[in-house]
Amino acid sequence: MEFSWDLVINAIVTGVVLGGFYASVAIGVTIAFGMLDIVNIAHPAFMIAGAYLAFWGSEKFGFNPFVSMAVFAPCGYLFGRAFYRAYHFFFERRGDESIQGLAFFFGILFIVEIGVVLIFGVDYRSISEPYLESTIGIGFVSVPWRMLVPFLVGLTMLGSINLYLSRTFTGRTILAVSQDVEALRLIGANPIHAKEVAFGIAVATAIIAGVLLIIIQPVEPSITREYIGRAFAICVLGGIASIPGTLVASLILGVAEALTTTFYGPSWSPAVSFGLLLLTLIFRPAGIFGR
Amino acid sequence: MSRQALSTPELRKPAPISGRSRSGLAIMLIGAALLAATMLLGSHIGEYYYLATYTILQFVVLGTAWNILGGYGGYVNFGTAGFFAIGCYTTIVLNKMFPMPLFFEMLIAAATAGVVGFGTGYLTLRLRGVFFSIATLALAIVLQTLIVNWSFVGGARGVYVIRPAISGFFVSYVQFLVVLMVGLAIFAVAVAWAVEKSWIGIGLAAIRDDEAAAETSGVPSLRLKLIATTMSGALMGMAGAPFPYYVTYVDPATAFSLAIAVNAIAMPLVGGTATWWGPVVGAILLGSAQQILTVTISSAANLFIVGVLLVVFVTVAPRGVVGIVRGWKRGRK
Amino acid sequence: MIAKILEATGVTKRFDGFAALTSVDLTLLKGERVGLIGPNGSGKSTFVNCLTGILAPDDGSIIFDGNDITKTPAWLRARRGLARTYQIPRPFRGMTVQENIEVPLRFAVGHTSAGTISEAAQVILDQVGLGEKADLSPKGLTQVELRKLELGRALAAQPKVLIADEVMAGLSESEVDEILALLNRLNAEGISILLIEHIMRAVMLFAQRIVVIVAGSKIADGLPDEVMQQEDVERAYLGE
Repeated sequence: MEFSWDLVINAIVTGVVLGGFYASVAIGVTIAFGMLDIVNIAHPAFMIAGAYLAFWGSEKFGFNPFVSMAVFAPCGYLFGRAFYRAYHFFFERRGDESIQGLAFFFGILFIVEIGVVLIFGVDYRSISEPYLESTIGIGFVSVPWRMLVPFLVGLTMLGSINLYLSRTFTGRTILAVSQDVEALRLIGANPIHAKEVAFGIAVATAIIAGVLLIIIQPVEPSITREYIGRAFAICVLGGIASIPGTLVASLILGVAEALTTTFYGPSWSPAVSFGLLLLTLIFRPAGIFGR
Repeated sequence: MSRQALSTPELRKPAPISGRSRSGLAIMLIGAALLAATMLLGSHIGEYYYLATYTILQFVVLGTAWNILGGYGGYVNFGTAGFFAIGCYTTIVLNKMFPMPLFFEMLIAAATAGVVGFGTGYLTLRLRGVFFSIATLALAIVLQTLIVNWSFVGGARGVYVIRPAISGFFVSYVQFLVVLMVGLAIFAVAVAWAVEKSWIGIGLAAIRDDEAAAETSGVPSLRLKLIATTMSGALMGMAGAPFPYYVTYVDPATAFSLAIAVNAIAMPLVGGTATWWGPVVGAILLGSAQQILTVTISSAANLFIVGVLLVVFVTVAPRGVVGIVRGWKRGRK
Repeated sequence: MIAKILEATGVTKRFDGFAALTSVDLTLLKGERVGLIGPNGSGKSTFVNCLTGILAPDDGSIIFDGNDITKTPAWLRARRGLARTYQIPRPFRGMTVQENIEVPLRFAVGHTSAGTISEAAQVILDQVGLGEKADLSPKGLTQVELRKLELGRALAAQPKVLIADEVMAGLSESEVDEILALLNRLNAEGISILLIEHIMRAVMLFAQRIVVIVAGSKIADGLPDEVMQQEDVERAYLGE
C-alpha cells in the first residue's frame, strides 16, 4: 500500500478504537495473571464462549448485545468463582501450579474451542443490529459504530474495575493479594475469597469482551489463539498487574496492528502481537511501566 | 503391534544400576520387533493400519521430546506445533531447492528446530517459567504467520509434495515411512532415557523441584534448560520432517494444528512425566484411542476427548498412568 | 594477618524503589565465625541472596577467595565453595533425602561415579544425623530434620564458606545445641561460617564477631559483647 498521511491517521484512529476493545479482553488477564498469579491461558476461550452465547441469545431469544452482556456476564462471574474454587482445590492448595496447572488451562482452552466446534460448527457466526452498521465521520476519518461501541464499553469496564479495586474493601484485598498474603491474614482479610471474587470478575470481563467481539466481526472457534497472544502481549507490555498499563499497552497494540494491516495487509496482523510480546519479554520483561 | 510396549514387564521400573542396561535392551528389543513386524507383514496389512501406526509413532516422538523439557525440567512448551512445522517446512523447502534423501532432510530439520529452540530458550529461559511457556505459544503463531505469507512454500493455500520413488526393499512408500518412524521413535526414547539417567536428568529434576535451591547446589540451570530445549526442539523438528511425504499435501493449518500441541502435552501428562516410558504409554493409549474414535465417531469428538482426558488427569491423577501403576503396586505389597 | 575469604563492599539492592539494602559492607576471614543479626525484614535474607547470587545487587562488589564474583552466577559460586541454607527449607521434593544430598556432590563438587557419590552422601547424612532417613521423601521429614537436610545439602558442596540462614528457628534448646556443635565441628575443619540467627543465645555462644543490619544498613560490627551494648543495637532489638 502506498504511503499517505490520510491512511496513517485513519489507521491510528482505527487502532485506538480497536485498542479500547483489546483492553476489554486483556483486563481479565491482567487481573488473573498479574494480580492473582494464575496463568489463565484459557481466558480467550471464555471470551469465545461469550461471543457464541451472544449469538445463541440473539438467535433463540432475540437478545440484543447489551441484553446478552447483562444476562451472561453475571453467569460468567458465578462460573468464574466456581472455576477458581476447583483450581484452588486441585492445584494451588497442593502447590502443583506449575506444569499441571498450565496444562489444565491449556486443556480447558482446547475443550471450549472444540466444544464450540461441536455445537456450532466451524462456520463464521455473526449478529446483526441495524444501528451498528452506521458510521460516524469527521473529515476523512470515519469510525463505524460496531467499533465504537466496543471501544466505549471497554473503557467503561476498565474505569469501573479500577474504581472497584481502589475503593472497596474486597477490591483493595485483591490488589493486596499480589503483594503480601501474610499481611492480609493479619488484617483479617481472606485471600482465597478475594481471589475467588477477582477470578469471577475476570471471567465476567471475558464474557463481555466476547459479546463485543461478535459486534465487531463474525466469529469462528479458532479465533481464540490470536487472542491469547494479544491478551498476554498487552498484559506483559503493560507491566502485568497495572490497569493504566493495560490501557496504554492495548492502545499501542491496536495502533501497531492497524498500521500493519493498512500497509502490509491483514495476514501479518497476528504476528504483531506475538512479535511485540517476544520483544517485550526479551528486552523489557517488566513492561513499559516497569522500573 | 505397538501394544507390545505396554505389556512388557521389564519396562516397569528401571532400577538405578542393574536396570540400566535392561531398559536399554528393552527399548532395542521392542524396536527390533516392531521393525521386523513392519517388514514381514508388509504386504499383508492394509494401508490404513500403516497410517494409524505412523500417527501413533509420530506422537511417541513428540510426547517424548516434549517430556525432556516439560516433564524432566518442568518448563511447559505450548509450541510443539511450531517446532513440528519447522520440520515439515524444512523438508518442503529442501525438496523444492536441493532434493536429497529424507534422512538428510531430517537432520537439517533437527538442526533448524534445535537452533530455534535454543534461541527461544536463550531469550526467555532467564525469566519465570510461565514466560517461557507464553513465548513458545507466541513463537508458533509468529512462525505460522511467516509461513502463511511465504508463497514459495505455498502460503496459506498449502503445497503438494510428491513422494520420491522407493527402492525394491519396501513394499510401499508408506511402509518405508513407518519403518523410518519406528527408528525415530526408538532414537527419541533412547535419547530421553539417556537424559533421564545422566547428570542432565538429575540436574533437570532438581530444577523442576526448586530452581533456586538447584542453583545453590551448583546446578547450572540455564545451561541445562538450554540443552533440554534444544534437544526437545530438534526431536520435534525431526518428527515433522517426514510428515509432508506422509500426507503429500501440507498447509499451515495442518502443520501448526493446535491438536499437535495439545497431544504433545496430554500424552506425557496422561502417561506420567517422571520417566521415559510415561510419554510412550500416554502416546500409545491416547494415540490408539484417537485412531479408533476418529473412525467410529468424528475427529472433532476425539480431540474433545483428548482435552477432557488431559484435564481429568492433571486434576485427579497428576502422576499419570505411571503414578497409578506404582501406587497400585505399592498398595499390593 | 589472616586472609579474607569473603568481602562484600557497598552492597545495595532496591525493589521497586524501596531500598532493601543500602551500601552494606561485610568481611569474613578464613576460619572465622560471624553472626549476622537484625530484626525481621531488615534485609538479612536479601543480603544473603546477593552474596550467593540468587539476586543481583544494584551496586557494590563481592570478592570471594580472591576473585570478584559480583557477576558470577549462583551455581558457579556454589562450585567455588560458597554454600548456603535456606531460611524456609527448600528440599527437592521429588527426590529422596539421599538424592537431595547427591545433587551438590555431583554438581558443586564434581563427582561423577555413582559409588563415590553414594558413599559421600551417606557420610554427610550421618554427620547431620539423617543417616536413618536416607531413603525417605523430604515430605516425611519434621521441621528439624528438614533444617538438617538443608545443612547437609550445603555441606555436600564442600564449602569454604557456609552461610547458615536461620537453621535453628523453631528448634528446642537441645536441638540448638546439637546444631551448634555441628557448626563448631565444621568450623574446626576450616570452614568459615556466617550465621544468620534470631536466637541470641546461639549467636552469643557461637560468633567471634557480630554484624547488625537494621532497615537495610549495617549499624554495628564488632565483638559480641561490645556490639550488644551499643545503644542503637539495643534500641533496634528491644524497641523504643
